[in-house]
Amino acid sequence: MGEPVIEFHLDARSGVSPYLQLVQQVRHALRLGLLHEGDQLPTVKEVVAQLAINPNTVLKAYRELEHEGLVAARPGVGTFVTATLTDTSLAAHGPLRLELQRWLAKARRAGLDDESIEALFMTTFRTTAQEDIA
Amino acid sequence: MIWLTWRQLRGSAIMLAILLALLVAILGLTGSPLAADYASGLAACTRGEECLGFYDQLFDDYEIPFLASILVVLLLPALIGLFWGAPLITRELEADTHLLVWNQSITRTRWLAVKLGLTGLLAVAAAGLAGLAVTWWSGPLDQSAPQGFALMDPLVFSARGIAPLGYAAFAFALGVTVGMLVRRTLPAMALTLVIFAAVQIAMPMLVRPHLIPPVTGTFEIGQENTDGFGINRDGTFDVRIGAAIPGHAGAWVLASDLVDPSGRTIASNGAEGVVKGVSTTSGPCAPAAGPPSANGCPAEVNRLGYRQKATYQPIERFWPLQWIETGVYALFAAGLTWLCFWWIRRRLT
Amino acid sequence: MTAVLQAQGLGKRYGKRWALRECTIDIPAGHVVGLVGHNGAGKTTLLKLASGQLEPTAGDITVLGGRPGDRPAQLARVGFVAQDTPAYAGLTVAEHLRLGARLNPRWDAAMARERIARLGLDPTQRAGKLSGGQRAQLALTLGLAKRPELLILDEPVASLDPLARREFLQGLMEATAEHEFSVVLSSHLVSDLERICDYLIVLSDSRVQVAGNVDRLLATHHRLTGPRRDPDRLPAGQHVVSGRHTDRQSTYVVRTDAPIHDPAWTVTRLSLEDLVLAYMDKPTAADRRALLEVQR
Repeated sequence: MGEPVIEFHLDARSGVSPYLQLVQQVRHALRLGLLHEGDQLPTVKEVVAQLAINPNTVLKAYRELEHEGLVAARPGVGTFVTATLTDTSLAAHGPLRLELQRWLAKARRAGLDDESIEALFMTTFRTTAQEDIA
Repeated sequence: MIWLTWRQLRGSAIMLAILLALLVAILGLTGSPLAADYASGLAACTRGEECLGFYDQLFDDYEIPFLASILVVLLLPALIGLFWGAPLITRELEADTHLLVWNQSITRTRWLAVKLGLTGLLAVAAAGLAGLAVTWWSGPLDQSAPQGFALMDPLVFSARGIAPLGYAAFAFALGVTVGMLVRRTLPAMALTLVIFAAVQIAMPMLVRPHLIPPVTGTFEIGQENTDGFGINRDGTFDVRIGAAIPGHAGAWVLASDLVDPSGRTIASNGAEGVVKGVSTTSGPCAPAAGPPSANGCPAEVNRLGYRQKATYQPIERFWPLQWIETGVYALFAAGLTWLCFWWIRRRLT
Repeated sequence: MTAVLQAQGLGKRYGKRWALRECTIDIPAGHVVGLVGHNGAGKTTLLKLASGQLEPTAGDITVLGGRPGDRPAQLARVGFVAQDTPAYAGLTVAEHLRLGARLNPRWDAAMARERIARLGLDPTQRAGKLSGGQRAQLALTLGLAKRPELLILDEPVASLDPLARREFLQGLMEATAEHEFSVVLSSHLVSDLERICDYLIVLSDSRVQVAGNVDRLLATHHRLTGPRRDPDRLPAGQHVVSGRHTDRQSTYVVRTDAPIHDPAWTVTRLSLEDLVLAYMDKPTAADRRALLEVQR
């Protein structure tokens, strides 16, 4: 079986429920290309032993990922990655990051401190998201 | 469960076994010479007085080990009650280990049964062994012991035969029960000691004399049952009544009174009573007639109607009394054991 | 699935004081149940009733379909790790395992040995010389190797340091993942329970304040913040758990199955800790009456 590919962690203060944190961490790893198709996720027992969390939480997270079509459970063997989120978007990361860096530099020159930059980014992000839904 | 009980008991049980082995070894090694001394001494004396002298001599020689052996047998049950009985449950309660063991797949009743059974059995066996070994060893001394140390005397009786078994069972059950009710080891030990000591004092003083209704009889005054005759300055004659009973050597005398012809008690054991009508100037009781005990003086006292009235348990009742007393203690122990089981099911948490 | 613990009007009285009263719960199997409450709220009493160490004064309790305690068969199905995880100070670790093996018909010797080895405990060490965390692990090993269908733990980590506490809960959760038994554990620290419990019972004032699936509890409880409003003007379906008021503002914690549409309220999710605290703060009926009288 070898070393597990990823290791989970939990942030108690995030306000996000533990099962959702696990789901997000898998998605995140898929997006960053840390997880590939065919990789095995840590077994429920491994996650539980490492994080000291309820086994049902892990099961629920894995079921959710399965429902999304990202992983598949093979009974008696484990849970394996069946899809990837990196295919199209990963190539675009480089240019987008460069643009963002340029924008950040501009904002600093305009006299914004870190907190103001973050606030501006988040409000813009949220309003755009809401307009998209509407 | 037997394994666990034994594992918990192991240390103190081995220590007790070593001490008992030591006791038995010492008694065994000294017992044979003692028996030989007794046999040869008895063979050498021909007349009664000579034999009395030999008895005194033998008892004097062995007085300290004799008393020590009695002490051992009397203390052993108390120590068992204190160090095995009282902590048996309290030790678990104080360390909360009862919560550990009660949550294995074993009922508390069974847990208590094994603990009580195994520990109790060892306790009784130890006390019984000590009691019987000492009884065997002191056989010759019991034959020669003076009044106060005779077989039927309270202290000696308690250290002989099977009675120590009963004491040990009772002391152990008492310790366990008190421990269960008090829940703390030291107070339980103290309380056990107090109650056990009280029972051990009350038993010979208040209960044992009546286990079998004692015999009451009237006996003629003689050398055996008097401690002396005397003439007072005013010319009256008195008799100091003793604790022995003619023809009943070794009996446990509960009361010995000098009674006058009308049946009225005029002196109790060890005291002097004035015998009216005895001439102190002439006749068998006059000083001129020689030592009063050796001549016709006692006959004169008897002729005047004075008698010894005694209440006693004859020595033939040694074994019946032993059995009854052991039975009484066994009943106490059974009652306490029942209380333990009831308590652990209903009240103890 | 059968219920792991059912209680009907269960009560326990010590002298004149009720340690637990009118407790009616029905816990399905397969959960890790957290029992929270103040010290003295009745947690230990409920757990001891469930393991058969106490007899109820009132009501009925059924554990795994049977009467708690008193028969070896029932005792074998329920494990209990007592508060402060007691162990025989004079017995070695190996002797504790032997004790477990002798006293339990379903004893899993291989599991016990393996756990002790993995924890790095020396089998020849006397339990009296173990650290608190090691002793807790030993007690847990005894509870687990008994292979119960229900394992009850009374404040198992209360006296442990954070590292030992984490290790203990890791071991417990790993075993539940592997052997699929139900767990009921008590704590007065919600943070211990937040990660590991998926079912929660809040005890306060000797009574069960709320009991249910954690996800469901979190989905049905909300904090409402808005202009001041009296509790009797809230919709019928909204059950007030706690309320605080200033001159202008009201903050409620409510339980409701329906969504909240009232635009006057700012609705926020509750964390499990907030939820528990709301129930533990909840004034008793008598207190509430007194409060109303003062307001008039």
